[in-house]
Amino acid sequence: MTATVPAAAATGRSVAVQFEDMHRWYGSVHALAGLSIDIAPGELVALLGPSGCGKTTALRALGGLDEVDAGRILVDGRDVSHIPASKRNMGIVFQAYSLFPNMTAGDNVAYGLRLRGTGRDERRKRANEMLELVGLGGFGDRYPHQLSGGQQQRVALARALAIEPEVLLLDEPLSALDAKVRRQLREEIRRIQIAVGTTTLFVTHDQEEALAMGDRVGVMSAGRLEQIAPPAELYDHPRTRFVAEFVGLTNRIDGTAAAGVVNVFGTNVPLLEGSAEAGPVKVLVRPENVRLSRAEDGTTRVVAVSFLGSLCRAQVTLPDGTLVVAQMSAAEASGLYPGATVNVGVLPAPVFAVAD
Amino acid sequence: MTSPEGASLGAAAPKGGALLARPKGAGRGRRSSRGQLGARIAILVVVFGYLLLPLIAMLEFSTRGNYGSRSLDSFAAIFSYPDLIDGIATSLEIAVLTVFGMLLLLVPTMVWTVVRVPRMRRVIEFMCLLPLAIPAIVIVVGIAPIYHWMGTTLGGVGGSPLTLTLIDIILVLPYAYRAIDSGLRTVDVATLADAARSLGAGWPRTILQVIVPNIRGGILSASVLAVALVLGEYTISSLLSFDTLQVVIFLLGKRDSYVAVAVALSALVFAFVLLYVIARFAPGAAGRPQRAPEEEPAP
Repeated sequence: MTATVPAAAATGRSVAVQFEDMHRWYGSVHALAGLSIDIAPGELVALLGPSGCGKTTALRALGGLDEVDAGRILVDGRDVSHIPASKRNMGIVFQAYSLFPNMTAGDNVAYGLRLRGTGRDERRKRANEMLELVGLGGFGDRYPHQLSGGQQQRVALARALAIEPEVLLLDEPLSALDAKVRRQLREEIRRIQIAVGTTTLFVTHDQEEALAMGDRVGVMSAGRLEQIAPPAELYDHPRTRFVAEFVGLTNRIDGTAAAGVVNVFGTNVPLLEGSAEAGPVKVLVRPENVRLSRAEDGTTRVVAVSFLGSLCRAQVTLPDGTLVVAQMSAAEASGLYPGATVNVGVLPAPVFAVAD
Repeated sequence: MTSPEGASLGAAAPKGGALLARPKGAGRGRRSSRGQLGARIAILVVVFGYLLLPLIAMLEFSTRGNYGSRSLDSFAAIFSYPDLIDGIATSLEIAVLTVFGMLLLLVPTMVWTVVRVPRMRRVIEFMCLLPLAIPAIVIVVGIAPIYHWMGTTLGGVGGSPLTLTLIDIILVLPYAYRAIDSGLRTVDVATLADAARSLGAGWPRTILQVIVPNIRGGILSASVLAVALVLGEYTISSLLSFDTLQVVIFLLGKRDSYVAVAVALSALVFAFVLLYVIARFAPGAAGRPQRAPEEEPAP
């Protein structure tokens, strides 16, 4: 896809969004339990969490599609908590295909403008610009059933952006697509979002997507925000056990913590804030921080080696039966094979530890 | 007599002729499919016979002329009975009002239920199906005092046969509900409504511009069923003493049974034609392809 951003398309308004202590109950389920988030103008915040954690509820509340029981939503300092969806000027791309089947792609994109009283010629021009923006110039006369899933989601994005929304809301827009289209489209969405500068809330359960797209990623659990931080910080410095376990792959290795450090395979590793501080702990170590070295007399045995392209992943079993995954470059893994004996070590990167 | 060549060919056939040999059981399969075809034809003949025989009999009866000849006089005579014309006009008016009333009541209710209170779907369905379980006489007995009150209090309006619309809306609910419900199940109504609202549409626009066009097939089916039901409704009209088409046909049958049968046949044909037109030309009925094309990278 080689579409460039037309000048007229880059008109997104950058506004700040604030969730203030939002609560939402569905019967006895506390879907939002005091959620507070600040989103800076033009920022893309990805909300990540398992199913039922409340991330979609938060997005729908911001879009006006669901109400909150307590708390406020401020957009550009204005309280929009009780403004109906039709008057909020939020562009939403849904998980399910949401194009109106009775309208062409062009008419779908122009629908929001039609509701705003924009003239026919201006509507058509703007719709064409938006379709160009998402790489579907010339597809305006096609009906949704004549478009692939990826193309439908692109049109949905164009439709959401055509109304120059104050905030763009993306509710797992890629989850129905196959892996290749998904990767391609997420890069496109990010490029377009940066180009138009619209403040964006992106909801997903796919951590790779969240980490790849978000300026900041908020991890949610049970209606609460566990941590919100730039992707690298979230990955390297998780502040809670949930975040440490949920984001990325982790090994759970026995260790003993004392005075802010934990000894893992003979190496003293600093503990992250929020970790268990003393006594026997389970240390959460990233596979890329595990080091393997061939040793004929080693007591750790390689059980499997997976080739992942430029990287390799090896699974080893410790003498106590614990399974540990190590990730390394293909060159580093050249001497490893199932049955080989190795010594295991870790890099002294800060780790999160939980009480055993 | 078997030649050595023949024997050798016969022995080689299963091996060398494997590609040409019929798969095991193919003959049985063909026989079976022939049997199925025969069964289908037999069923179709029986069903069509069952449906068409009365119509053919009606046609035969209504076209009887003098001395064994055929004549369309009974059909031409339809227009010479003013009360019959009035009955047809009344029934058509009731049918139109019933369709509008039913759509106005049912479509927003069902859309709202699907989008906002899906747990109420079963309750609404139950309520709409209730008229199927309540005999017409029970409805009349229950509702007659209201009609009496309307007739004495609201004057001409209260006594008009058009007030039958109120009952007919209830009577068509089970059929109309099913038709509209099947339409609603073919689209993701909740997501479409959310999308429309997020773009700035209020509920009326969401329903009229987004939902209704996408369930047009269901709405048309419901409307046709409502028209057919109203044109065929006799019991309640008769018990409440309103001269609708069916009541007039019944009364006419006592005076001129040929014309009565001609009218009944015409009404049936009208309903069939209406159903055919809807089935043939309604959006979605023609089998519009719903499957999206294979994923392809955007240009």
